[in-house]
Amino acid sequence: MPVIATSTPGVPTWRKRTSRAELLHWLGWLALVALFVFCWQVMTKDTIWAFVSDAPRQGGDILARSWPPRWSYVGELLLPLWDTVNMATLGTLAGIIVAVPIAFLAAANTTPSTMIVRPIALFVIVASRSINSLIWALLLVSILGPGLLAGIIAIALRSIGFVGKLLYEAIEEIDVAQVEAVSATGASRMQVIDYAIVPQVLPSFLGISVFRWDINIRESAILGLVGAGGLGLKLQASLNVLAWPQVTMIFIVILGTVFLSEWVSAKVRHAII
Amino acid sequence: MTVPATEFPTRWKRPPLFIKNSTTRRLVYGGLLVYVIAAISTVDVNWQRAYEGLDRGWLFVLGFLTPDFLTRSRDILIGLQESLTMTVCATVVGILISVPIGIGAARNLAPPPVYIVCRAIIAASRAFQEIIVAILFVAMFGFGPFAGFLTLSFATIGFISKLLAEDIEEIDEGQAEAVKATGASWLQLVNYAVQPQVMPRLIGLSLYRFDINFRESAVIGIVGAGGIGATLNTSIDRYEYDSAGAVLILIIVIVMLAEYLSGVIRKKIQ
Repeated sequence: MPVIATSTPGVPTWRKRTSRAELLHWLGWLALVALFVFCWQVMTKDTIWAFVSDAPRQGGDILARSWPPRWSYVGELLLPLWDTVNMATLGTLAGIIVAVPIAFLAAANTTPSTMIVRPIALFVIVASRSINSLIWALLLVSILGPGLLAGIIAIALRSIGFVGKLLYEAIEEIDVAQVEAVSATGASRMQVIDYAIVPQVLPSFLGISVFRWDINIRESAILGLVGAGGLGLKLQASLNVLAWPQVTMIFIVILGTVFLSEWVSAKVRHAII
Repeated sequence: MTVPATEFPTRWKRPPLFIKNSTTRRLVYGGLLVYVIAAISTVDVNWQRAYEGLDRGWLFVLGFLTPDFLTRSRDILIGLQESLTMTVCATVVGILISVPIGIGAARNLAPPPVYIVCRAIIAASRAFQEIIVAILFVAMFGFGPFAGFLTLSFATIGFISKLLAEDIEEIDEGQAEAVKATGASWLQLVNYAVQPQVMPRLIGLSLYRFDINFRESAVIGIVGAGGIGATLNTSIDRYEYDSAGAVLILIIVIVMLAEYLSGVIRKKIQ
């Protein structure tokens, strides 16, 4: 807020803020700096600085040992790669199947009851979003045993929140006129959803799904670290025996897959939106 | 074309929502179906093991419903403290580094060589998952929250710089020209024409990233980078599902709180 203050008599000076706003601003920054310093001290109280100062040497050492990548290892990675992609795709599919009804229950304009059903659906969405797929995988591996199934369910559980949230927001933003037009023909509730809402949200729904699939490819590549199958299993195995050239090779394969999936999802989104 | 009135269709069929050509549509859908069947057939489930696991699944549900905050309260507190301090430090440091990189990655402010270098940094930071970066940092810096702090800071750079650069590229050029016309230097241009336009967005992004960093801090503990994830990992390994349930509930509550608070602050600022 620009104000005219006269610091020297007779000469107006332009200032960005009033004194009060300036003070509040200053206090805000002070609080932030104080919080940071406090957190920094708590965080580093157990840090062994000798290890930290040694890190560049360690890093150089690891780098020297991981190059060149072991190209002959690629053959062993093909099957885990196929598993990783399948885990991402099936997990996304399963997540979508659960997320769609939840999104309709959560959207203010399609939910059967704003008092009971909507808060429950919103809670499901938030709970699923707060927990990373790696944590879901950790739990599921301990329950179902190691393997692809645990990974697929972990991916699905995490996707519910993401797809559900974006989809219910899309449903709430639809054009009401079309809904009214279809209801005016005497359509039932389901028919209104089918003919007035679904066609409107379908493009964003597909966009969201492909986007989530792309994210899931990245996530499924590392789920093996906790035993859920795919490339992560190979990564864990190679890390355990400190086979750094193999680790580099796995990183290269993961990077390639991630770039490819990003390209595919960008193409598909471009085609439908 | 003349059509007798009686031949007008009385029934309407909705046109296909995607891919108008019926042959291509069938081919695409058929191909997808074949892939899904092939993918499902690769899932090898040990039903015996899964059946035995159901008891444990039920124990977990029970543990989640009757969480035990007390038995492992020390571990949980230390884990939470590590996660929260790690998140604060990483968000602040990450943003401090992101701002110059974000400015450097904006095409309208930076000369081409700087632009390319900054974009390369952003791409490197975004290419790998936090967990992979954490594995490397733990190998370099040893176990503990310091490696986690570095991981989260590194991941923050890619996220904030990229979005900030896009915001700067979309600013209203009129204001920049007006400031330039007064004979302002490059720094003054950034300070008076760019900064006021992107500041609200930057604060919003920072709060959002804080949220993400906390969630990630719960995960990187699994590979030894400190935080509540380590506590969670230990309690699951020991089949202490009531403690694991307590940790999960705490994570959900804090994430919900962070999301709610950041929503309130963002509304106030914008």
